[in-house]
Amino acid sequence: MTTSVIGKPLPRVDGRAKVTGGARYAADFNQPGQVYAVIVSATVGLGRIAGIDSAMAESMPGIIAVITHQNAPRLPYGEHKSYIDPAVGERLHVLQDDRVRFYGQPVAIVVADTPDRAERAASALEVVYEAERPTVDPSDPTVTPIVPEAAAGHADTSRGDADGRLAGAPVKIDQIYEIARENHNPMEPHATIAAWSGDRLTLWSKSQFVVNEQAEIAAIFGIPAGNVQVICPFIGGAFGTSLRTWPHVTLAAMAARQTGRAVKLVLTRKQMFFTTGHRPRTLQRVALGATADGKLTSLLHEGSGETSRYEQFTEALTSASGYMYSCPNVRTQYRLRQLDIGTPNHMRGPGEASGIFALECALDELSYVLGLDPVELRRRNEPEIDESENKPFSSRSLMKCYELAAGHFGWSRRAPEPRSMRDGRLLIGMGMASATYPAYHAPSSARVRLLPDGTAEVAVAASDMGPGTYTSMTQVAAETLGLPMDQVRFSLGSSDFPPAPSHGGSWTMASVGSAIRAACIAVQEKAARQAVADQRLPVFGAALDAIEWTDGRLRRPGDLSAGQSYGEVVSSLGAPIEAEASSQRDKDAAERYSMHSFGAVFVEVAVDPDVGTIRVRRAVGAYGIGRVVNPRLAASQCTGGMIGGIGMALMERTVLDPRDGRPVNAHMADYLVPVNLDIPRLEAYFVEEVDPHVNPLGVKGLGEIALVGMAPAVANAVFHATGKRVRTLPIRIEDVLTA
Amino acid sequence: MIDREPTSSNAEAGSRPVPTLPISRRTVLQMTGGAASLVTIPNMSAQSAPAPGQIGKALERVRLIVNGEARELELDPRQSLLDVLRETLDLTGTKKGCNQGACGACTILLNGRRVVSCLTLAAMHDGAEITTIEGLAKGEELHPLQAAFIQHEGLQCGYCTPGQIMSGVGCIAEGHAGSPEEIQFWMSGNICRCGAYPGIVAAIADAAERT
Repeated sequence: MTTSVIGKPLPRVDGRAKVTGGARYAADFNQPGQVYAVIVSATVGLGRIAGIDSAMAESMPGIIAVITHQNAPRLPYGEHKSYIDPAVGERLHVLQDDRVRFYGQPVAIVVADTPDRAERAASALEVVYEAERPTVDPSDPTVTPIVPEAAAGHADTSRGDADGRLAGAPVKIDQIYEIARENHNPMEPHATIAAWSGDRLTLWSKSQFVVNEQAEIAAIFGIPAGNVQVICPFIGGAFGTSLRTWPHVTLAAMAARQTGRAVKLVLTRKQMFFTTGHRPRTLQRVALGATADGKLTSLLHEGSGETSRYEQFTEALTSASGYMYSCPNVRTQYRLRQLDIGTPNHMRGPGEASGIFALECALDELSYVLGLDPVELRRRNEPEIDESENKPFSSRSLMKCYELAAGHFGWSRRAPEPRSMRDGRLLIGMGMASATYPAYHAPSSARVRLLPDGTAEVAVAASDMGPGTYTSMTQVAAETLGLPMDQVRFSLGSSDFPPAPSHGGSWTMASVGSAIRAACIAVQEKAARQAVADQRLPVFGAALDAIEWTDGRLRRPGDLSAGQSYGEVVSSLGAPIEAEASSQRDKDAAERYSMHSFGAVFVEVAVDPDVGTIRVRRAVGAYGIGRVVNPRLAASQCTGGMIGGIGMALMERTVLDPRDGRPVNAHMADYLVPVNLDIPRLEAYFVEEVDPHVNPLGVKGLGEIALVGMAPAVANAVFHATGKRVRTLPIRIEDVLTA
Repeated sequence: MIDREPTSSNAEAGSRPVPTLPISRRTVLQMTGGAASLVTIPNMSAQSAPAPGQIGKALERVRLIVNGEARELELDPRQSLLDVLRETLDLTGTKKGCNQGACGACTILLNGRRVVSCLTLAAMHDGAEITTIEGLAKGEELHPLQAAFIQHEGLQCGYCTPGQIMSGVGCIAEGHAGSPEEIQFWMSGNICRCGAYPGIVAAIADAAERT
C-alpha cells in the first residue's frame, strides 16, 4: 500500500457537524407529537413507599400520565447480562415494587406536553415513605467486606511469600490510600427518546453500546431484539457512564407505550448522580519491602471497592500490581463493600486509575525512604516479563516513556529534597508516576460497501464519545482500500449495523478498526473475484493471485496501465459490492503474550504555603501505545485524560449525607471539575512502538491510560512541594495547610 | 474550580469570569410575581393535553429574531429561552448541560451579548435578536471561530462546543481575548469535560487575531 493515511494528524471528519450544531445527540431527535417525561426520584435512602398522592400532579395543565409502581405495567424483565453488567446480581427493576434501595431511585414518571409542565407536576407528586437509615459509608463498622463471587479466581493472588518477606525487609512502607466517589459528569445528560410503532420500538438514546441496549430493552419488554432499534450517532462525553443501559431507558420506553406518544426523557444534572453509576469509593493498603539499594522484595496490595446491595460491581483494582514491577513476593486481595447505594460502574481508567494511585504513591514514598530518585527506583525494578503470568510482554516501552517524558519535563532540574524548591513564596513540587492499562481486543464486525461512483460506505454499530472514532475509522478504511478520505463514508451508532463491542476499555480502535480492515480486505477480494469473471473488464480471466488492488485500482502486478478503479469495476458489474467481516484477538498471541499499554507522567505543582491552594503548573506525559492512528486526535485525548486526572487528584468528590445517602453536591457548581483556567501547559508524547501481536493494526489503546497515572503524579508532586504526604483523593486545601 | 485572580488586563470592577446575565434571578421572580400568581390553571383531565384556547390567558405573545429570522411565538412565560430554542423552535444546536447556569453549554448571543439561555426566560426578551450556533456560519462559509475550533482541535465529543463557540465569539467581541491567560479566565464559565481546553484557547486566540 503506497497511500499512508494511518499515522497522519488529520482533522476530524465530523468537525464541521460539531461546530455548526449539526451533530445530533440523543435529545436532539425531536419527534412529531413528542411529549416529555420527568423522573421523580426517591428522597429517602432506604425503605418503602407508603403512599403516593398524584391528585395534584394529575390536575395540572398538560399532564398526560403519572406512572408509579402502583399502576406501572409489570415488565417481563427477561434474563439479560452483558460483560459490562456486573456478573453477580440483578439490575434494578424500575417501578415494579415499593422498595427504595438507594437515594434517588426512580419512584415515578410524570408525562406532560412540555418539559416545564412535566417538571412542575413531578414536583407536585406527593410520595410518602417509610424510611430507614441507609448505610452509605464503606468504612462503617457494620460493613463486612465480601469476596466478589465472580472474581473469586483473581480476588486473591499470590506468588512467593509477600507477608513473610515484608516483615524482614530492610526498608519498607505500609500505608492506606482512600479515593472518593467520583461521578462521570459528561456534559451531555443521559437522554432517551422512545417511540413505539405497534410492537416495534425506536430509541434515540445516549449509549456507548447500542447493540447491548437493543438486547437489554428487548429482554426487559419481552420482545424480539429485532423489534428494537437504538440510534446514537453522537455521544456528548460519557467516560463509562453510558456503557450500561440504566433504568431511565426502560422508563422512557414504558412511558411511550403507556401514552402512545413519542416520549423524550432527559435526566437532570442532579439525577445523573443517582442511577447512572459512579467510580466507586475505594480503600487500599499497599505495603512494599525493599533491599537497601531499592530492589523490591515484597509487594502487598489489598483493596476494596463499594458496590450496591443488588449487584456486585467489580473492577481491576489490584491487577496492575502483579505485572508493573519485578518482585518475587506479591500478594493482592480484592474485596467489595455492599452499601445502600446505586451500583457503581466503570469510569475512565476503571480499576487501574484507582489501583495505580495507591501503588505509585507507595513507590514514591519508598523512594524517599531509600533516598533514591523515583524514576531510578522504578528503573531498578523494571521486569523482563510479566511476572504475574510468566509471559513476555507483547511490547513494553516504559523505560523509553520515562526517558522521553523526563527529558521534555526537565526532571534533572529537580532538587530531590521535599520542600526545597520555591518560586517566590510558592512551594514548587515535581512528581511522577507510571501508568498502565490492558491492551484489549474485543470481537467486532464491520460492513463495507463499494458503490458505482467509486466511493465506499463503511458501517459498524460502534460509538464515538469524543476520541474521534469517525475520523480514525475512516482513516483505516481509506488506507486499506487505497481511497482518499473523502471517498469513504463511515457510519456508526445504530443497532442495525454490524455489532461492535462496547465503546470503552480503550479497545474501540483495536477492535472496530481491525474489523473494518478485515471487511475492506474482504470486499476487495469479493470485487476481484467478480471482476475476473466479467468479460468487459481487462482483468477478465486472470487468476485471483495474479491481480491486486493498489491505490484503489485493480491490476496485474507490474501492469503499467492505470488499471480499474472501484467505480469502474462496480459500474461494470452493475451493482454495489458488499462484504461483512469480523475480527477478534488471535488466541495464540493472547496465550503467549501479556498485552498492556504503558506510560509515564511528570507533573509540576505550585502550592501556596499560606492558604494551601494547589495548582498544577505543567505536565508532560509519554505513552507507549503501539501504533498511533491519528497523532493529532491522540494528543488531544491524552491532554484531555490528564485534565480528568487533575480533577481526580484535586477536585472531584461526590459527598453523601450519611443520614439518608443524598449526594449533597449533585450539581456542576458543587461537584468541581477542571475549568479552562485550571489547565496549565500540557504535553503528550508517543514512544515509537511496533507491536505485531496485539491486533492487525498494532494499536494498544489510549483513552484510559491518558488518565491513569495523573493523580499519583500530582500527589507525589504535592509531597515534594510541601513534605506533606496526602493519601486521600481529592487532595484538599486543608490537607496541605497542616504541612 | 477557579481560584486564580484575573490577569491585570481584564480586572474590570465587578466583572466575573462567567457570562453575565442581563438580569438576576431575583429580578425574574419579581417580574413574574411568583410563578403561580400569573397563571390561571384550568382544571384538566389527567389524560388529555390542553387545547390551546383553554390556557390562552397564560400565554405571552413574544417576538424573537432568531438567527435573523423573525419568529412570533405564544409562550408560557415560565419557559426558559433554552427550552424554547430546543423544543419549540427545534434549534437543537444549543445544548442543555446542567440547566442551572453552571456549565455554559447553552450559551447563545442575546443582542450580541453572551448569556446562558437556561437561566433566561424567553418571554422577557420580546424583540430581542438571538444568535445560536446554527446562525453563525454564512451559508457554507464557517465563522472564523468555527473554522478555528476544527483547526486547533478545540473539541472532542462536541457537546459543549456550540456553547464554547458562542461564548468565544462573545469573549472576542468583549475584548477579552488578548492573551491565552485572559481567554482562559473569560472562558472558564464553559466547562469541557473531555478536556479540550488547550485547543479551545488556541482557537479563540487564533480567531481573535484574524477578526
